[in-house]
Amino acid sequence: MAEPERDALTGTVTTQHEWDGIQELDTPLPRWWLYTFYLTIVWGIGYTIFFPAWPLISTATDGVLGFSSRAEVAEAIEAHAASNAEISARIAAADFTEIAANSDLDSFARAGGAAIYRTYCSQCHGAGAAGAVGYPNLLDDDWLWGGDHEAIAYTLRHGIRWESDEDTHWSQMPAFGDDEILTNEEIETVADYALSLSGQAEATDAGAELFLDHCSGCHGEQGLGDPEQGAPNLADAIWLYGSEREALIETITHSRFGVMPAWSNRLTEAEIRQVAHYIHSLGGGE
Amino acid sequence: MTMTTESPASLYAAREPVFPKAVKGTFRRLKWWIMGLSLAVYYLTPWIRWDRGVHLPDQAVMIDLANRRMFFFWIEIWPQEFYYIAGLLIMAGVGLFLFTSVLGRVWCGYACPQTVWVDLYQHVERWIEGDRNAQFRLLKSKWTLDKARKRFSKWALWLLIAVATGGAWIFYFADAPTLFAEVFTGSAHPIAYATIGTLTATTFVLGGFLREQVCIYMCPWPRIQAAMLDENSLTVTYKYWRGEPRGKHRKSEAAQSLGDCVDCNACVAVCPTGVDIREGQQIGCITCALCIDACDDIMAKIGKPRGLIDYCSLADEQLEQEGKSAWPVLKRIIRPRTIIYSVLWAGIGIAMITTLFLRDTIDLTVQRDRNPIFVTLSDGSVRNGYEVRILNRNPVPNVFRLSARTEAGYLRLKVQGQDASAIPIPADQTRKLRVFLTAPAGSETQERVPVRLWVENLMTRERSSYDTHFQGPKP
Repeated sequence: MAEPERDALTGTVTTQHEWDGIQELDTPLPRWWLYTFYLTIVWGIGYTIFFPAWPLISTATDGVLGFSSRAEVAEAIEAHAASNAEISARIAAADFTEIAANSDLDSFARAGGAAIYRTYCSQCHGAGAAGAVGYPNLLDDDWLWGGDHEAIAYTLRHGIRWESDEDTHWSQMPAFGDDEILTNEEIETVADYALSLSGQAEATDAGAELFLDHCSGCHGEQGLGDPEQGAPNLADAIWLYGSEREALIETITHSRFGVMPAWSNRLTEAEIRQVAHYIHSLGGGE
Repeated sequence: MTMTTESPASLYAAREPVFPKAVKGTFRRLKWWIMGLSLAVYYLTPWIRWDRGVHLPDQAVMIDLANRRMFFFWIEIWPQEFYYIAGLLIMAGVGLFLFTSVLGRVWCGYACPQTVWVDLYQHVERWIEGDRNAQFRLLKSKWTLDKARKRFSKWALWLLIAVATGGAWIFYFADAPTLFAEVFTGSAHPIAYATIGTLTATTFVLGGFLREQVCIYMCPWPRIQAAMLDENSLTVTYKYWRGEPRGKHRKSEAAQSLGDCVDCNACVAVCPTGVDIREGQQIGCITCALCIDACDDIMAKIGKPRGLIDYCSLADEQLEQEGKSAWPVLKRIIRPRTIIYSVLWAGIGIAMITTLFLRDTIDLTVQRDRNPIFVTLSDGSVRNGYEVRILNRNPVPNVFRLSARTEAGYLRLKVQGQDASAIPIPADQTRKLRVFLTAPAGSETQERVPVRLWVENLMTRERSSYDTHFQGPKP
């Protein structure tokens, strides 16, 4: 056995490691420190008994306490829903004017509506609700099927051209080209007339006549549209499929068939009202 | 280096119990005052009342976690102003540097909570179990009724102090009188009880049992401060050139050649960390200066001048050994390093006080919508959305007016669901508003139009502004 070397000044045993003439003392650890170390080992073993730990082939030991982070999240979500149950019930029962007037309901509906919007609506309408070509912008004041609270809520409940919902919004513009109702020249003429309604082209008599015969039934003589049948306003600055002449000719030739799902099966009435309130609050609500 | 043949020492060592002897003297008196002051500040501060009106708490010092506010007498800190706390912590750090470079481990010796509570616990111990020797005998003695009585009454008193310590802490976070009643009726929040429990346990264990082990093995500060001490810093020094060779004074010839140290062990007996200061500077010495008191007492009794153990800097130590007199204390204190620390410390403090006094009672922040950048409305007009937050720091509800100033005079301002010229905001609250600016169709909306939003408190006439811009489609 090697003889321990002692430091002359302190009398402490050294590790006999030396760097540049400096020797490291082998000062003993405090005993409580050692006990703390043993305690952590005991704690560690206990932890693997009480909590999920040891990996098995396709799973891991469950632990005596049966703890699961997934169950904890589910519990937290349930508790959260339970804590909101009362205000949700109030929103489901309340009139929209009541929701807007009550600051509790208002802020709850807006925050909740925003969260639901991001989950279910933003895929088509965009995170900022600005829409895209074919997907309406929800921030502006142009509404195909009406933009007051109740109209928005109805659209949410039943969707647009959603076949499995009996009460869905339904309308279909004819494909004037595909169905050979109009010739290509006539389509171009009526497209120019439609653009003239918002001052983007010169109006022609031939165009006016074609428009009166084929379009005014739904879009109205002045082209102001009709939210009852989802006919867009052709005289304003907003174009769902673009305001270019080509886009318009394409629409008249082939028609369009935009679809929105009905949400009444997937969202509760309170949730639909929250989303409707949120969308209405984005700045374009009527 | 000597070689020995004994077996290797154990890898761990049991704690050597320390029984510091009671001592009287200048530094003991100073420690009493500092202990009394720091304990009084700690226990009493939450009970100071400060009238802030009906809308705010009337506790002078309070960290209101639920409402995210900090109150310190006339100062109220919102969470976004946390940099004041950061500044305070930096001041505490620089202050610690300053004190360490002047007075060495003065924090350890007098003001550290560990020192203060251990000191308090040791007084309790001496009061119940007797002084150093009695305590030592009690430790060695068998368990008797008397020993049990002493031990349990000591632990009970320690526990009482520990509960009071943990209990006082929670009063900084809620209205003290209300919480005090709640704690005793069992209706306080579980976190309050958990906090009391945790701090009671740490006070009891760290103050009663671990004591100097905390300073020697757990605390990083004794190691860090080694970098801040220099040859001018005051440390507790045994003046070995005067004391050595040590030995009992007898009226023999040999005694005439001895130094002043009579090897009475008084300095070791009073040491709360159990070190022998005569071995020089060491990590266990917290510079509490009680050995100075003990040694001065002995020196007076044997008719020698005081200060065999005394506060002394390394540089003065050198001078004294050469037989020269030490520098005046002020000359040691005032030196470039301490001046820099002081200027830094005072600079941060003055900057913070200045900004605190210049702080507005209004705060306006504007966030412009970027998704989408603008919205075209059906009549061709262009609209931008903004999220506006108005902060009312007044202790009463106020009414504000929001307006937009721009060189392009055509922008219309609208606040959603709210009249822009009378926006009520509750006391000490922020209100978030949705604001729209709209340019009519055909107006020349360039890519960016600078806009300044103004908010005016209609009651106090104070104003604040925020610069943003309006953006339309590319022409």
